[in-house]
Order: sequence, then C-alpha cells, then structure tokens
Amino acid sequence: MKAKLFDYVERHNAIYNLSGVTKLLCFLLLTAAVMFSYDIRAIVVIMVLSLVFLAMSQIQFRQIKLMLLYVLLFLVLNFILTFVFSPSYGTQIYGTEHVLFRIFGRYVVTSEQMLYQVTKTLKYASVVPLGIIFFLSTNPSELASSINRAGVSYKAAFAFSLTLRYFPDLIRDYQDISAAQQCRGLDLSKKEKLGKRLKNILNITIPLIFSTLERIETISNTMDLRGFGKEKKRTWYAAKPLKRNDVFAISLALLLFLGTIALSVFVNHGKFWNPFV
Amino acid sequence: MKKMFKVSTKTIVATGLGAALFALLFMYVKVPTGIPETSIQTAYGLGAFFAVLFGPIAGGLIAFIGHAISDALQYGSIWWSWVVASGISMFLVGLVYTKIRADEGEFGWKDVLRFNIYQIIANVIAWIVIAPVLDIVIYSEPANLVFTQGAVACLWNAIASGVIGTLLLFAYAKIRPKKGSLSKEEE
Repeated sequence: MKAKLFDYVERHNAIYNLSGVTKLLCFLLLTAAVMFSYDIRAIVVIMVLSLVFLAMSQIQFRQIKLMLLYVLLFLVLNFILTFVFSPSYGTQIYGTEHVLFRIFGRYVVTSEQMLYQVTKTLKYASVVPLGIIFFLSTNPSELASSINRAGVSYKAAFAFSLTLRYFPDLIRDYQDISAAQQCRGLDLSKKEKLGKRLKNILNITIPLIFSTLERIETISNTMDLRGFGKEKKRTWYAAKPLKRNDVFAISLALLLFLGTIALSVFVNHGKFWNPFV
Repeated sequence: MKKMFKVSTKTIVATGLGAALFALLFMYVKVPTGIPETSIQTAYGLGAFFAVLFGPIAGGLIAFIGHAISDALQYGSIWWSWVVASGISMFLVGLVYTKIRADEGEFGWKDVLRFNIYQIIANVIAWIVIAPVLDIVIYSEPANLVFTQGAVACLWNAIASGVIGTLLLFAYAKIRPKKGSLSKEEE
C-alpha cells in the first residue's frame, strides 16, 4: 500500500522542464478535445502523440505498472457492460446496420456498435498517458502555483497544495492506527460479517479523523498567525517562469484542441464521425 | 453566527486535509457489498461529516479534489462527470451547515433527521440526475447503463453518508464542550 502518485523524481528532459502551468493547460486542452470528439481519427492522433510524449518524459514502466492494470480492467469491464446493456446503441447513433454475426436474441454484433465501442475505449485510454505525464512529471509544490496562475483563486490552490502535502502523512497515520488495532484483534478481512466489519473499519477511521481535526486546528492557527489570506494575491516559491518550449507546447495543444473541434463542426457536422453513409 | 459561504483560513485547511483524507478512504477503506465493482465508500461518510462541520464550500471541494486525486492515482485520468457529481453531492449536504450545531455539543435525534433528509436529497440529485446526465453529455454513454449505475451509486453513497456521517457527528458532539456549560463562579 504505497501512494504512487506524485512519486516525483527530479529529471531533466523536455517534458520535465516544462512549467507546471504548461502541463496543466495542455492536459486540460487535450483531455477536453478527446472528451468532446467521437471521431476515432482525431482520438488516434492525440493518443499517438501522448504516447510519444510519455516516451519523451522517460517515466519508467514500473512506476505506472499497477495503474495501467487498473485502467485495463476498467476498460474491459466498461466494454462488456456497454454491450450487455445496449448492444444496438451504435446502430441508433449511426443510423445504419451492418451485421457481423449474431450471438442470440437482441445481441447482434454490428460494425456500428464495434466502431462506437472501440472509439469509446480509445477515448478513455488516450488520456491516460497525458494524466500520467502530468501527475508524475510535475513537482507537487509547483502544482499549486500553476493552478493559481491558471486562474483559480490562490486560496483554493493552497487547499490543493495542503492536500498533496498531508496525503503521505495521513497514509502513514492510517497504517499505524490500522496495525495497532489489528494487534488488538480487530479483524478486517472477509472472515468477519459485514456489520461487524463496518464497525471495525469505524474503529480505525474514527481515531484517524479526529486526529486530523486536531491537526486542522493547529495548522489553521499557525497560518492565521503568519497572516495567511490578508492580501488579494500572493507569490509562490516554486513558480517557474514560462520559456520558449512552454509557448510551443501550449500552442500545439491549442492547435490540436481547435483542430478537433473544427473537424467535428465543419467535417462531421456533429460529435460522431460516420463512415457508414 | 455561522455564515454559509464564508471562507476562513480554517475552511481552507479543513478542505486541504479533508480532501487528503477523502482520497485515502476512497482508495483503501471501502466495504465490498458482494456485487462486483460496487462497494460502500466510507469516504462519503467522511465527506458528509466535514461538510456539516465546515460548510458547503469545504464539503464540495473536499469531495471534488479528493475524488479527482484518487481517480488520477488509480486510473491515471479523471472521470470528470462523477468527480463533479461527488463535489455537488457534498456541496448540497453542506447546506445544512448553519442548522446543525454539533461543534457546540448539540446533536439530537432532530438533527439526525435533518442531516439525513439533506443527505438523501443531495445524493439523489447528484447520482440520479447529475452524474448520468453528464455521462451522456460528455462521454455519450448509453442512457440505461448510466442510470442503472447512478441508481446503485446513489443507494450505497446515501447509506455511507447516512450511517457513517451520523455516527461521526454523534461522536464529535460528545467530545465538544456544550455551549453555556461553564458558569461564572459566585464571589
């Protein structure tokens, strides 16, 4: 049980040296583009690019192995569930029906359904490398300043940076409390009945929550004493100035975003690309 | 007097630490229900508890940030429609903030009822209306699939917020000094 997110290792390459704001904006723009479009061509382009960026960032495979496994499991489940619930949704979207083969009853496999489901799966998969790059290659202390510079109020950005700061601490506390309670014979495994287990879980979470409440009191008093929140703006220790590469990266992301929108509006006349008509 | 939308330093710190706690519980402390891929998320109990203590802004941000972080950690990307729905559900629970005075040691059966009414309405709006509608608008998921998922999520999250939130509020009210419990000594 280890938090792998923001498992930040300092590296120096084109991706790591980009400013946090750049990475945040690119992440949001490309995710929005993929979220908006149902055109498999645009999605594949973004997917290929994001895989290239992932390779450029030199993030190691073992850092993301577990995460990729979860994603795969989720995608497979979503693929199956979609077919079970709506096997003819593709036909409904594209308006035509090209039957590939029949399974039974209403479960007919059509090319339309396959295009819809493959597009959807790629849609989800293509943003994963982007998310991994963003979360693993950004210095956590810099992240809050980026969010602030992207237009979010610094108070909200500070809350976010506190979250990242205290997440590992809370995990350690949780492990300590959980180990201590299990030493005293608290069973959390499947052997215990549901109601009892819920109670046992509460016995671990209650000390954790109440010690956190005390911590909140201490930290907010400390911050008040240092005059937090007096001014409308603040500066950040970890902020990185924008360089030429940043401008280039943001322009590329913006171009891809606008390109995807243009493809939907002017070529496809809608969210979906329809090769069947 | 409590002000519904006031953001003090304490609100910010509570949001930060609350979100960290939310993400932690969301990933590690869940009770499987026996149905695959559905479990009782204790995180929503915590979220509702913090929403009552610190108000709708803290509640909403806690669930939004916490859910986004745990999604990013587990899947590498963020499922925006459900993250937004999470935030909205805890924001709505937070609207009961000015009406419950657990921080003054008062939490009776009337408050239990009030908290649970808010909590159930919030969960219904978030999971049966907002989450599925956003799924359809953003991701073009088939309607019957997302409404089924939404209804299941609503049920379990309402149970989590209701049972765990109520228990936490009881425990919290017990350790808080009652208002007016100190009297001036006669001279």
